[in-house]
Amino acid sequence: MEQGRPDLRTASALSPKGIKPARPAPPKKRDWSWRSQALRSLLYQVVALALVISAGYYLLGNTLENMRLRGIKSGFDFLVQPAGFGIGESIIPFDSSESYVKAFAVGVSNTLRVSALGIVLATLLGTFIGIGRLSRNFLLRSLCGAYVEFFRNVPLLLQLFIWYFILTETLPTIEEALKPLPGVFFSKNGLQFPIPLWADGHALTLAGMSLGLVLAVWWGRQSRRHFEASGQLRPVALPALALLAGLGLLGWLLGGSPAALDIPESTELNVVGGGSLTPEYMTVLMGLTVYTAAYIAEIVRGGIQAVPFGQHEASSALGLSRGMEVRLVLLPQALRVIIPPMTSQYLNLTKNSSLAVAVGYPDLVSISTTSLNQTGRAIECIAIIMACYLTLSLLTSWFMNAYNRRSLLKER
Amino acid sequence: MSSQPFVFEPIASRAPPRPVGGLLPWVRRNLFDGWTNILTTLLLLLLLALALPPMFQWGLMHAVFGADNAACRAAEHHGACWGVVAEKYRLIFFGRYPYEQQWRPMVACALMVGAIAASCYRPFWRAWLLGLWALVLALFFVLMKGGLVGLVAVETARWGGFPLTVMLATLSLLIAFPLAILVALGRQSHMAGIRTLCVLYVELVRGVPLISVLFMASFMLPLFMPQGSTIDVLLRVLIGMTLFTAAYLAEVVRGGLQALPKGQIEAAQSLGLGYWQTTRKVVLPQALRLVVPATMNTFIGAFKDTSLVTIVSLYDLTGALQLALGDADWRKFFFEGQLFVAAIYFVFCYAMSRYSLWIERHLNTGTRRE
Repeated sequence: MEQGRPDLRTASALSPKGIKPARPAPPKKRDWSWRSQALRSLLYQVVALALVISAGYYLLGNTLENMRLRGIKSGFDFLVQPAGFGIGESIIPFDSSESYVKAFAVGVSNTLRVSALGIVLATLLGTFIGIGRLSRNFLLRSLCGAYVEFFRNVPLLLQLFIWYFILTETLPTIEEALKPLPGVFFSKNGLQFPIPLWADGHALTLAGMSLGLVLAVWWGRQSRRHFEASGQLRPVALPALALLAGLGLLGWLLGGSPAALDIPESTELNVVGGGSLTPEYMTVLMGLTVYTAAYIAEIVRGGIQAVPFGQHEASSALGLSRGMEVRLVLLPQALRVIIPPMTSQYLNLTKNSSLAVAVGYPDLVSISTTSLNQTGRAIECIAIIMACYLTLSLLTSWFMNAYNRRSLLKER
Repeated sequence: MSSQPFVFEPIASRAPPRPVGGLLPWVRRNLFDGWTNILTTLLLLLLLALALPPMFQWGLMHAVFGADNAACRAAEHHGACWGVVAEKYRLIFFGRYPYEQQWRPMVACALMVGAIAASCYRPFWRAWLLGLWALVLALFFVLMKGGLVGLVAVETARWGGFPLTVMLATLSLLIAFPLAILVALGRQSHMAGIRTLCVLYVELVRGVPLISVLFMASFMLPLFMPQGSTIDVLLRVLIGMTLFTAAYLAEVVRGGLQALPKGQIEAAQSLGLGYWQTTRKVVLPQALRLVVPATMNTFIGAFKDTSLVTIVSLYDLTGALQLALGDADWRKFFFEGQLFVAAIYFVFCYAMSRYSLWIERHLNTGTRRE
């Protein structure tokens, strides 16, 4: 009996005889009878693993046998051989004598090019529509609702076919291209537009803008510290913009204000020069943006509605302006709800970009299938597709999880 | 003492509050409440006034509804040619199925859609529903495949159109759902080996696009088979779609399992229920109810994803449309055909999403506080 403690056992009023002293804990012994959970779970796991391994072994054996009989070669050695096919569009220059590795790299770059821009545009469009669905205005509310219902309930593949039709069949031919702005051509052959020619002066512009960005971030932190110390607000958005634009402009002026543009010009057959977007690229971008925006709109709406109305009342009671209320009270709470499903939408968009193969945009899947048809290395080509998408998915979810951690509830 | 006697003077009565019901107040509140609201309304009205009349004229006024190619060509650019649907609807709905046998897929589809509709009705959620499904699936395959009871055999390569879409969606979901529950339970298991297997499966499948799974099913599954045996292309695609959908469903179910308070399981255990009894009687009924909306979203996604089999050269609804538009005479009226097929998908998906809202409300009557 421990010192200084009343002996409850003898004082127990419930049982006149007193409670028997507790039995000593049974000796720790591994129970390996059939009734023990430890044995059974071990058995289950061994059986499950054995099943998976034997199934894998069986399939692998069949595959090797089949490949031997059909004379299919295996291995990744084909990757260094010349590809022998051209690629319609790429940001990395490519011609058919270069290796398969290079072709796959072009495919990955094309996938990234369309998904990255798609993610940005879909987020913007989706956010506007999601907020629109909560508008007090009946027309805006119902139009945004109709948008979401329509684009969510029709398969993306069909939407891509429709966009492709609109962008290739309904537009005029290149000879009579639409010219919404001088130097911009919009036709069946895609969109051609002027781009600034690179001059040394542009380096100074970029340097000025980078300096402006650094200063703007510094100013933002400074004002925040000032606000937290004194409660006084300083303007942040306008000075930051002014720093960015002003220093950029200064750099441009110092660099001799280079203004040369590469303007596309129409020749008899084609439009040459300038930047251009192919109809395939625009189709995939348009389809992915419009489709994913419908999902993002629902996520944004759900996130905003998840913030209790009391939060709005509380921030009004504290005298916050509408802008501060949105920035300091509503958004941090809504983002916490919005970010996880948004991540999976970004991943979906990236994976859906594989549908580009249906309209002939040379993305990763399209290049893999072409290589597959040329070399017959089905397993290797499909493994490459899967490995690339898996890497992309894991990277995106890692990045978004890191961002999510920042927006999580800070608990003690 | 002379003082003014106190005279009661009532203050002027206030105006009655503005009516909040009725049409006019509604219009004021929803359309003309403040300057930004008025501006938005006017802008949107202008937009609608610009967009709707041309759409109306194109789609109805100047449209050609009969399967009249010459009229369609004449109306091109200012009127829609719904004639493409009138001309090709058999091909769109039934693909390359033999023309004179097409009553069979029609009946088969009606049976399948009927079974789906019956499953949506809650009083029918009894054991006999499983029997009904077994019967309907058996009838579906007998009707489609033939070779029995005097029906001409039709090889699966000629199946197409709407029956193919409905079959792929229904079968893959029917098989994927139990599989998904097992995988989700496995992922929550205390057994590290089984948990790892389930995590690997789910993460691998969710990390890759469906197209690559379908490519794998159509190019690699034949290589997996033992020498001399072949595996039907429909079955291969079905396996691919099932495994793909099951991974997504497993994550949905896992969400429900995680949301369940631990006390429920402990209470069941203290009542002496074993693992499977706890799972079947306590865990799953509550967990699945929690995830009804997410499950229905996955179902809708799976239905739309059946359109991807077009890419591995099967003629489902989307693929059959491409087939129908292979006809050079009607190729021009691609857009109208696409709109028609989009409308079919829309009707089904929209019905599913409405049903999801309804069933969510009806399943939660016990827990809702109102």
